[in-house]
Amino acid sequence: MSRKHAPFYGSGLPYVDVNEFTGKLIVIEGTDGVGRSTQIEELKRWLEVKGYGVVTTGWTRSPLMGKAIEEAKSGHTLNTNTFSLLYAADFADRLEHEIIPSLRAGFVVLADRYIFTAFARSVVRGADRQWIRKVFGFSLEPDAVFYMRIGIEDLIPRVINSTTLQRRYWEEEQGEGLDYWESGMDLRLGDDFYDSFVEYQKSMLREFDKMTNEFHFQIIDASHSFDEVNKALKQGILAVLQDHDADEKTRRD
Amino acid sequence: MPQPFDHPHPYPGRLIIVEGIDGSGKSTQLQLLQKWLLNQKYRVFFTEWNSSALVNETIKRGKKKNLLTPTTFSLLHATDFADRLAHLIIPPLKAGMIVCADRYVFTAFARDVVRGVHPAWVRNLYSFAVRPNLGLYFKVPIEVSLKRILNGRIALKFHEAGMDLGLSEDPKESYRLFQSQILEAYDGIASEYGLQVIEATQTIQKQQTLLRDMVKEMLKDYKPTPFLQKKENVYVA
Repeated sequence: MSRKHAPFYGSGLPYVDVNEFTGKLIVIEGTDGVGRSTQIEELKRWLEVKGYGVVTTGWTRSPLMGKAIEEAKSGHTLNTNTFSLLYAADFADRLEHEIIPSLRAGFVVLADRYIFTAFARSVVRGADRQWIRKVFGFSLEPDAVFYMRIGIEDLIPRVINSTTLQRRYWEEEQGEGLDYWESGMDLRLGDDFYDSFVEYQKSMLREFDKMTNEFHFQIIDASHSFDEVNKALKQGILAVLQDHDADEKTRRD
Repeated sequence: MPQPFDHPHPYPGRLIIVEGIDGSGKSTQLQLLQKWLLNQKYRVFFTEWNSSALVNETIKRGKKKNLLTPTTFSLLHATDFADRLAHLIIPPLKAGMIVCADRYVFTAFARDVVRGVHPAWVRNLYSFAVRPNLGLYFKVPIEVSLKRILNGRIALKFHEAGMDLGLSEDPKESYRLFQSQILEAYDGIASEYGLQVIEATQTIQKQQTLLRDMVKEMLKDYKPTPFLQKKENVYVA
């Protein structure tokens, strides 16, 4: 299949042949608590009903890294460089062992976050923008990136509500909520979790906004209802898959 | 934005690094250098290219289960280096000590590229590193290094011989092929980064004399910080 863009963002993976990819890589980005995971669950179901093979992939905990990142975080021993590089190793493992094989096998890969989350988190922690982009230069350029955009005023009630906060507090290892790292507590931006969360997420949103043009994000207004957001995502994905199916047809003819 | 590695570092200490393939004699030379520095009452801090607790388990598991790719191998070692830099290299440099490092980022530049990653990519990866005040490359022919290594023990280690790369079934042959490629990469790196090349086939004493002359030259403008002079007992290497 002919891809429209250069397959890699930067220096790539010199030892990997990317000419045999027949799948599609679709990325859903957005900050913590914006509702990505529930959308992806529904999108997967919808695509499978349509007959597409779907693989979903998340962020952190690849087979190689296991709990290494959690353990390092729980000791709070990470600095900006080790934080960025551990996430890069974790992502590289998932890219090479999960995403690339799935694309070769013709699956639609729905990625719950991608390298842009890593860029935002690292830059907010003081990493150089160009450095972190080049570190991830081995990454595949997705066929589409949908950015679930939300303002801080709409984000706060999504996270600070009885269901989310209670779950976060009583159950361990939840991905969302006022978690130490997702509140940016390591950055000492505020005196308590709430203040820190607000300041941290504001910086994250600013970084995401800056990346919108650079990486051709398709913006989805995530302040709308679940159904409206879902509809917008489906329209976007259909456009990607139609291109894909047309390409396939040309190739066969 | 320029990265730390593009500039001389701002710390009062000095960073001396040695590079070379296994069996080049670099560790022996560095040890002798330290003895000499300590004898002159310099405060010396020694560090080597070993895995720290942060990713040690992950690297071990990855090797055992064969999960590592050239990219993850490289990233995990970079993580490890970043951790050591923050804990074992920058603090003694800030305290005005002479830091002696057995292997540095050039080890990764040579080895990781031979394993298959992009040369520019791995250089960027380590651009947060502190630039050494003196970089020494101990150049040795493969056969000499092989003889030196086997002199001390019976067999070559699996990764040392690059056996995971599938170059040859025979460990000695695999070592030859793997280390030849590393050697070639080092030669390029030495001229790229202005490392001082020391012909490591010369006698130990001859090499050490050359080394000490270079270090003397480098230490001309070095002044231990007053802080260190006052409380020197606190900082023991």
